[in-house]
Amino acid sequence: MDLLSLFTIFVLAIFVGFELITKVPPLLHTPLMSGSNGISGITIVGSLVATGAGHSTLATVLGLLAVISATINVVGGFMVTDRMLEMFKPKKDKKDAKE
Amino acid sequence: MNMEIITRIVYLVAAVFFILGLKNLSSPKTARRGNLLAMSGMLIAVIMTLFDRNIVSFEYIIIGLIVGGAIGAVAAKKVQMTSMPQMVALFNGFGGIASTLVAFAELYQAHGDVAVHANLTVSLSLLIGTVTFTGSLIAYAKLQGIMRGAPIVLPLHQILNTLLLIASVVLIVLAIMYPGEYLLWAIIIVGVAAIFGITFVIPIGGADMPVVISLLNSYSGIAAAMTGFVLGNSVLIIAGALVGASGLILTNIMCVAMNRSLTNVLFGAVGTDGGATASGEKETRTVTNYTPVDAAIMMEQAQSVIIVPGYGLAVAQAQHVLQEMAQILMDQGVKVRYAIHPVAGRMPGHMNVLMAEANVSYDLLLEMDAINDDFQDTDVALVIGANDVINPAARYKKDSPLYGMPILNVDQARTVMIVKRSLGAGFAGEANELFFDDKTMMIFGDAKKVVTDLVKTLKEE
Repeated sequence: MDLLSLFTIFVLAIFVGFELITKVPPLLHTPLMSGSNGISGITIVGSLVATGAGHSTLATVLGLLAVISATINVVGGFMVTDRMLEMFKPKKDKKDAKE
Repeated sequence: MNMEIITRIVYLVAAVFFILGLKNLSSPKTARRGNLLAMSGMLIAVIMTLFDRNIVSFEYIIIGLIVGGAIGAVAAKKVQMTSMPQMVALFNGFGGIASTLVAFAELYQAHGDVAVHANLTVSLSLLIGTVTFTGSLIAYAKLQGIMRGAPIVLPLHQILNTLLLIASVVLIVLAIMYPGEYLLWAIIIVGVAAIFGITFVIPIGGADMPVVISLLNSYSGIAAAMTGFVLGNSVLIIAGALVGASGLILTNIMCVAMNRSLTNVLFGAVGTDGGATASGEKETRTVTNYTPVDAAIMMEQAQSVIIVPGYGLAVAQAQHVLQEMAQILMDQGVKVRYAIHPVAGRMPGHMNVLMAEANVSYDLLLEMDAINDDFQDTDVALVIGANDVINPAARYKKDSPLYGMPILNVDQARTVMIVKRSLGAGFAGEANELFFDDKTMMIFGDAKKVVTDLVKTLKEE
């Protein structure tokens, strides 16, 4: 793809991001950060190709380190977010009705 | 259909999953599903990539996935909720270094013969990724207590930072003008960026860390997007842009909540290790010291109580016993809610997670704007481990560092109870006149001990 198409995608995605994130309540800002941490680990896609392409030792080593870093980001980010979100529970209505 | 087209369609699907995932984070009811959607998007993208025909060997990929996955999983399982800020800082750093490594590998592999525009994007990717990495490591060290939280200011610090910034721009221009020396430029850019990441974060005080983490979160996304430009890969660009936007919004929210400009946070070197003592004239007024028993009796007679938890509560590990206290009161028919200031805790939304962990249902956790008008109709405001966010000086005292910062209207409640270790000032070093107000009951002591005593008294009745 040419630079301009990529740049178009970039700019539009930023606007989508602003629209989406302004609707996330402060209640969930920490899970938002850890979850977006997981998403920013998307570099894993590039690191896989760099590692597996078998071009040179240096590229493979750099790729391997990138795979490890990005995987920590992805797995850790999504898992810790799930752990946090599991704790967010609504009020139990029955108990509340007590006079 | 050839593989290239299939891959691009699958990446588009992954990007849609990320967008839907973030959309579902708009409500606590759907948030967990949202996270699972984003996770699925990532899984789809990874699986599709493994079919890439450029991949000829899998052993290193498998090693990398297993090692990284194991470290990430253990970290996610073990981390304490109070340590979440440093965890996120560390993850930001890993995201940044991954972008740098991929961009470097791509440049090296292509012998510098990347597309024309890539000279710019490779440089930016190396630069932002590395700044994110070293900056995040420093933020981690400060939050974890490995490094002092207080600002560390070197001689001529501002000038040094400005020079590093100029050097970065010059290097990028050189990399574009003389692409033949691509390896040299790349190595120097990484070196300069590594130093810049460090000098950029060390002058920032511990209390300002929420802003820094949010900003580094944004950088990790932008670094990923730049790597996307290098590889010509749209899913990296979209995901990176989403994260970049998210981090920027959170950075802005934190700055507004502290009434500080980003420039002031980044270059102001404000803050100490915490527990600053109020300067100025010696305090001559006295406060009335109440006991937990007095407070318990008062709260039982109340119809409504608003609890204001601050980070001091979490430090004392008193969240669980506080929840127990609130439950006893609610069972007796008292209306109990929690007021959460945007900067309560050490990162955006941190206090909500700490309270949720203590089994407080999210309906009771109200943000500042939602609850501020209710203080005037409230019998008791119970403040535990918070100070600056309830200091009325922020409203009128023009020379105060707090002036203009939005605060919780605790002073409008009929009775104010403040649990605190001493009369010391908060991070901002501004004395709090609310301590001396007639309707204020000061209860001195460790938060956990005081609340435990409160629970004991409430149970006896």
